[in-house]
Amino acid sequence: MPLWLDLLIRVAAVLAGFLVLPLVVGQAEHKVMAHMQGRVGPMYAGAFHGWAQLIADGVKFVQKEDITPHDADRTVFRLAPIVALFPYLVVVMTIPIGPGLVAQSLDIGLFLVLAVLGIGVVAVLMSAWASANKYSLLGGVRGAAQLLGYELPLVLAAASVAMAAGTLSLPGIVEAWQPWWLIWQAPAGLVFFIAGLAEIRRPPFDMPIADSELVFGYMTEYTGLRFAFFLLAEYVGIVVIAALTTVLFLGGWHGPMEDQLGWLWTLLKIGALSFVIIWLRVTFPRMREDQLQRLCWLVLVPVALAQLVLTVAVKALT
Amino acid sequence: MTVADVLLLALGAVAVGAGFLVVTSAHLVRSGLYLVVSLGAIAGLYLVLGAELVAWVQILVYVGAVVVLLLFAVMLTRAPIGPSPDLDRPAVPAVLVGGGAGLGLAALFADAFRWVRYPAPEPGTAERVGEQIFGAWVLPFEVLSILLLSALVGAIVLSRPDIGARTPAVAEEHEAVAEQNKAVAEEHGQEV
Repeated sequence: MPLWLDLLIRVAAVLAGFLVLPLVVGQAEHKVMAHMQGRVGPMYAGAFHGWAQLIADGVKFVQKEDITPHDADRTVFRLAPIVALFPYLVVVMTIPIGPGLVAQSLDIGLFLVLAVLGIGVVAVLMSAWASANKYSLLGGVRGAAQLLGYELPLVLAAASVAMAAGTLSLPGIVEAWQPWWLIWQAPAGLVFFIAGLAEIRRPPFDMPIADSELVFGYMTEYTGLRFAFFLLAEYVGIVVIAALTTVLFLGGWHGPMEDQLGWLWTLLKIGALSFVIIWLRVTFPRMREDQLQRLCWLVLVPVALAQLVLTVAVKALT
Repeated sequence: MTVADVLLLALGAVAVGAGFLVVTSAHLVRSGLYLVVSLGAIAGLYLVLGAELVAWVQILVYVGAVVVLLLFAVMLTRAPIGPSPDLDRPAVPAVLVGGGAGLGLAALFADAFRWVRYPAPEPGTAERVGEQIFGAWVLPFEVLSILLLSALVGAIVLSRPDIGARTPAVAEEHEAVAEQNKAVAEEHGQEV
């Protein structure tokens, strides 16, 4: 296969995954929330159970007027949604789906993923400040405090599994994974998943958005396509956090007949975790700002540090 | 010129240009955002030079650092949209010091390496960096980490008067606040 064709296929596959998976998760969120709350939700767009509702929403977003507030810093305001979306595109590139099935295998993929995910906070601050709206700014400052705080347990938990596997490459970690790691690395897995939820600002960690007090936080002034970009970033975020938890802690493509069906196992695990993320949104009330910081600094960080000690101890003994 | 040369020059131009905008822009928050661009371009330089790990560490650490800087800019000023000339300082001394130091270092650097051609070192993989840090350079590394730890503890002690050293004025203030709280509590008690 010539190089350009190989490259083209990889880019096309990443883009397809980047656009399709979030839509599937979004549709699943509509339906799962509707059923859990005992209501039917939108049922008429398309034929079967309103499957085309998301497409209708997309068309609606495109038709809406693109408004920039009069006092806003126009350039920064317009750039922010792209900065919010871009890191996830880079992360999707490095996630291995099956044995040898990864768009870009890197020697230190884990480090790239953690570094690039950290860029999201810049987008939050950009949109918050450039909106020239005090609710936006409040939401942005809350978001910055939350994202900076929760990055620490996220990185520590990921460091634990990287030490266990002895590599920083994502496919390498999946290859080194053993079923008993489910117990050994369970605290790190939990910390990673919870911190990941906070990183993508999903309920119960949606204090920066908090629609009952801050209108819609840093996204208040956005309309139309730019708002859709933020929404898309949120759903890609769900996929990315579910995929990273799968790859790091749930063994990625390991399962029966993994040589042929590895990709299916990865996708199934990602789907199950995405379902859990939606489930948590319907289940828990929003955490207050002080509870949120307390959980991070007094629970997650110590647990992650203890897990590091445990990992080193087991690693040294075996 | 190879592709790497072109990339190095382009990224260097971005880094220097964005750095120039950081110090000249009168938009307070924007200059912080230019700093992100400048540091990102430097991470790109590391990538081109084959030091992958250093590049990603650069992004991981400095993006967080710049965000904290932006937060301080927003909290300590009015952080208005648009230029804020009232926060500017005369530029001449800074230009003299910064330009002098930069040109001097560049001249020294060019002079020192003018006639020597070094073979390109191996790529800076995580394995190699780890071996170096925890093998040959383990003592400086540990000393540095203790220095950072003591700085962290010091920052916490300084920023929290309730656990730090107490000056008499602070102690009095604390007692006054405590008394006030007590009075308020008693008042409420009576109302109930």
